[in-house]
Amino acid sequence: MEALAHQIIAGIATGGIYASLALALVMIYQATHHVNFAQGEMATLSTFIALSFIQAGMPYWVAFFATIAVSFLIGVAVERLLMRPVQNAPVLTHVGVFIGLLLIIGNLTGWVFGYTTKMFPTPFESDQPLFGGLVSAHQLGSTAVTLAVLLLVYLFFRHTKLGLAMRAAAYNPRSARLVGIRVGWMLALGWGLAAAIGAVAGMMIAPVVFLDPTMMLGILLYAFAGALLGGIDNPMGAVLGGFAVGVLENLAGAYVVGTELKLTVALIIIIGVLVIRPSGLFGRVVLSRV
Amino acid sequence: MTTTTRRTLLAGATIGAAGLAMPNIAPAQETPGVTANEIRIGSTNALSGPASSYSVISRCLEAMFQRLNEQGGVGGRRIRFIVYDDGYQPPRTLEQTRRLVEQDRVAFLFNQLGTPTNSAIHRYVNQRRIPHLFLATGADKWANPKEYPWTIGWQPSYRVEAQIYAKYILEQKPDARIALLYQNDDFGKDYLHGVQDVLGQRFSSMVRTATNEVTDPTIDSQIVQLQATGADVLICGVVPRFAAQAIRRVFDMGWRPMFFMTNVSISVGAVMQPAGPERGVGLITSDYRKDQSDPAWADDPGMNEWREFMRRYLPDADLTDNNYTYAYGVGTTMIHVLRQCGNDFSRQNVMRQATSIAPMDIPVLLPGIKVQSQPDNYNVIRQMQLQRWDGRSWVRFGNVIEGANV
Amino acid sequence: MSASKGIPASAPMVRAPAQRSIAGWQRAAIVLLGAAAALAPIWVLDSFPLFQLTMAIIYAVAVLGLNIVTGYSGQISLGHGAFFAVGAYATAILMAHFDWSFWATLPVAALVCAAIGFCIGFPALRLHGLYLALTTFALAVAVPQLLKHRALEGWTGGVQGLFLLKPDPPSWLPLSPDRWMYVVVLVIAALMYLLAWNLIRSRIGRALMATRDHPTAAEAMGMDIASLKTRAFAVSATITGVAGSLSAVAVEYVAPDSFTFFVSITLFVGMVAGGIASILGSLFGGLFVVFVPNIAEAISRSAPGVIYGVILILFLFVMPDGFAGLLRRLWARAFGPRG
Repeated sequence: MEALAHQIIAGIATGGIYASLALALVMIYQATHHVNFAQGEMATLSTFIALSFIQAGMPYWVAFFATIAVSFLIGVAVERLLMRPVQNAPVLTHVGVFIGLLLIIGNLTGWVFGYTTKMFPTPFESDQPLFGGLVSAHQLGSTAVTLAVLLLVYLFFRHTKLGLAMRAAAYNPRSARLVGIRVGWMLALGWGLAAAIGAVAGMMIAPVVFLDPTMMLGILLYAFAGALLGGIDNPMGAVLGGFAVGVLENLAGAYVVGTELKLTVALIIIIGVLVIRPSGLFGRVVLSRV
Repeated sequence: MTTTTRRTLLAGATIGAAGLAMPNIAPAQETPGVTANEIRIGSTNALSGPASSYSVISRCLEAMFQRLNEQGGVGGRRIRFIVYDDGYQPPRTLEQTRRLVEQDRVAFLFNQLGTPTNSAIHRYVNQRRIPHLFLATGADKWANPKEYPWTIGWQPSYRVEAQIYAKYILEQKPDARIALLYQNDDFGKDYLHGVQDVLGQRFSSMVRTATNEVTDPTIDSQIVQLQATGADVLICGVVPRFAAQAIRRVFDMGWRPMFFMTNVSISVGAVMQPAGPERGVGLITSDYRKDQSDPAWADDPGMNEWREFMRRYLPDADLTDNNYTYAYGVGTTMIHVLRQCGNDFSRQNVMRQATSIAPMDIPVLLPGIKVQSQPDNYNVIRQMQLQRWDGRSWVRFGNVIEGANV
Repeated sequence: MSASKGIPASAPMVRAPAQRSIAGWQRAAIVLLGAAAALAPIWVLDSFPLFQLTMAIIYAVAVLGLNIVTGYSGQISLGHGAFFAVGAYATAILMAHFDWSFWATLPVAALVCAAIGFCIGFPALRLHGLYLALTTFALAVAVPQLLKHRALEGWTGGVQGLFLLKPDPPSWLPLSPDRWMYVVVLVIAALMYLLAWNLIRSRIGRALMATRDHPTAAEAMGMDIASLKTRAFAVSATITGVAGSLSAVAVEYVAPDSFTFFVSITLFVGMVAGGIASILGSLFGGLFVVFVPNIAEAISRSAPGVIYGVILILFLFVMPDGFAGLLRRLWARAFGPRG
């Protein structure tokens, strides 16, 4: 029984990691109706930038916000320079560009910062192990940060004009343009915000899994699964989905099929859910008129 | 994917002295890859993709050959070292190896990276009788002179390492309940096989296992699962990132098993510091090379030779990365073999010399640990020494252990 | 990718090339010339470039399979590496454990992949856009794990993989095994292309494109979308599986590490670079994924991955609809807007 409780707690802690990146995926989806496969690599790059700031002597929180600002600019630049030229190309071409971006950023990060595993500091230090050593103060703190980001995202999209304009630009660019929204800049802004949220996710994840250029490779898949399980258009659903994936995966590994197949089984369960509810657990069903 | 792992060694300077087994005075006959003033050597490494952390090995080797050329080369010939990227994908390794052999016409292949990647060319090189020397992988299948006479490894195999741990456990705790965490690939499975070799029938009653994938974000679930078995010994065969996670998690949970870590993942900079040095106290591993951060080697002539080389040829390198000491050791061995070839760089002679290295010291290897080979024994490094983490550095204990014969 | 819509109906990806009538003798001449050009490398090229070309054609076949489901049927698959792996292992297991000849394994590999593709096609019916992309991607991630699993280790060789041999050239042909392999690959690739060509130009092909671009209208006209799409998945898996089977003998080795999800990404890149929903484009895609990484490496040895990414993106800037799109535009310019 105790082992079961431990598996669940450990699953929730890992799920927090997925949830934070899933939130970035949902964010960019809301703003652009794309899922960016390079999101994980962009977040890793941001985290390395944060590490450089900290090593240069900046206090943690200064580096934290400086990194968010830099990442925002990188996101905007990527949209302007790389996505703009192919905006009228078929959707699959966009996916091709994402893959190119993934290759460039992933390899560039390794080339510039090296491949050695590095420690990344946490602002939430505590000497006292919590929950039998399964959860660190950092994991509690980072979950709080994820929830805070979620709240901000919610308020931004629901209660600000800009948020509404961004949703409109993503949902129906043509009509949005007619009512005077600058659709191009809305997309760039969406990329910037997604990159900023990704940076937060990276800085929260790195102290747990340790920092190296391939840190996000596995996490992205889980985050993607979490986001889809919850519903790709629902930030709250994505966060819950992330936690669910973490717990599900641990239970499958410990009690169902053994660790060798735990990823496979977790994915099969998720796909099963999706077949029954094709828009995710909390997603809206989109009906379109013909 | 990324599993190779290397350990580092060092070697260096022994270059001059040893070799010189008498050159067969071979006429400058037709030998592929060898001209009057050049010897071409080929290699593959992961210069791109998730395993690229090992690409520094090729860089270090290139610098060593550059130094050798500045010193006049070997037998009046300069070395041209050609490295291609395989991204750690076996089909690409075959493609690039064929490019080296059929297009660049290299004399032989040296220090290609990875177990699955070298497996893909194992038969190709042996059919064509191309020396396939000192591979950057610790699988134990490279020492098979009967079936694959043209392939030879270099570092002690992971399987031997696991055998050493298992024997030590039986000696210290005959009734141990063992938990084994290994990566689900060729690298991790060698630890499983090594422990099975020693325990035999008792394996199923004494050992509980869990595996991880390189793509797993964390291994918390596996640690929780293994602790719940009530084990009092833990062996981990995982790469550095997971090693650091395991050390931290085991300590934080208040679990205090007798804890063995693969020597792939004992770098002070990449594992012990990130995990928290105080959490790893008591951790046991084994090694065959000197740890560059150990104060015991601060004035060691061998390590000073390595440091001087790094300062001159790779000034920007991360000195805590023990891939550089590994590369220096394997490079030194290669240069020694080239000198031993005298003036005959035919494939037959290169292979003959590579498989008859008289026991020799290498600057980056621990005292008492030799590099050697015989035509019927392709295990180049056969010894290791146990060591324990004291909170600041690795402290060696016990004798140099000759690889287990099970 | 746009989520619940798959590929937007407003942007049809293919315009039918202008149909022109060609006289029979012209057609025969074209076929003969093409065959001569395809066979020429056997005598012209050294063994290494010939091997690269062999691999490129194998990838071209795999990309073709992907193109049927993603390009023509509009269902995004990021998991075709899984079919590639299944085809390769079907051949490897039969050759290594049962001493079958390569030729006998080929239909088995094709059938196994067809069956699996058909089964995957069912859940795929309910999933669209991103959701299908995830499902197929999960398949690609799961395959290496399954190949390594204890229960299958006896057959698959586990992490150590299996060795096999190229088919021997018939004794009356004075060709080396490498050159014979090229001929084998060429012939099978030609068959696969012919199969795809006929499929696409048949009623089924037109129905597929109709359901991709206007699903509701197609259904209203009485098309059985479910059966169309699952069959498209099966055909697509078959073609990619045959490519996998060829790759196993060309490389003479299979191992789980040869079939990570990077294979799926590679095939996807090949499809996008070659041109979505284009048969000729698939051929170019195969060449792209084999030769461009080498070009990238020649440009920068310190970061070939970065250069590869840059080349890919620049390529898509210049040819947003791939190589086939460029050809179409050139064709249109040369022959005017007739037809």
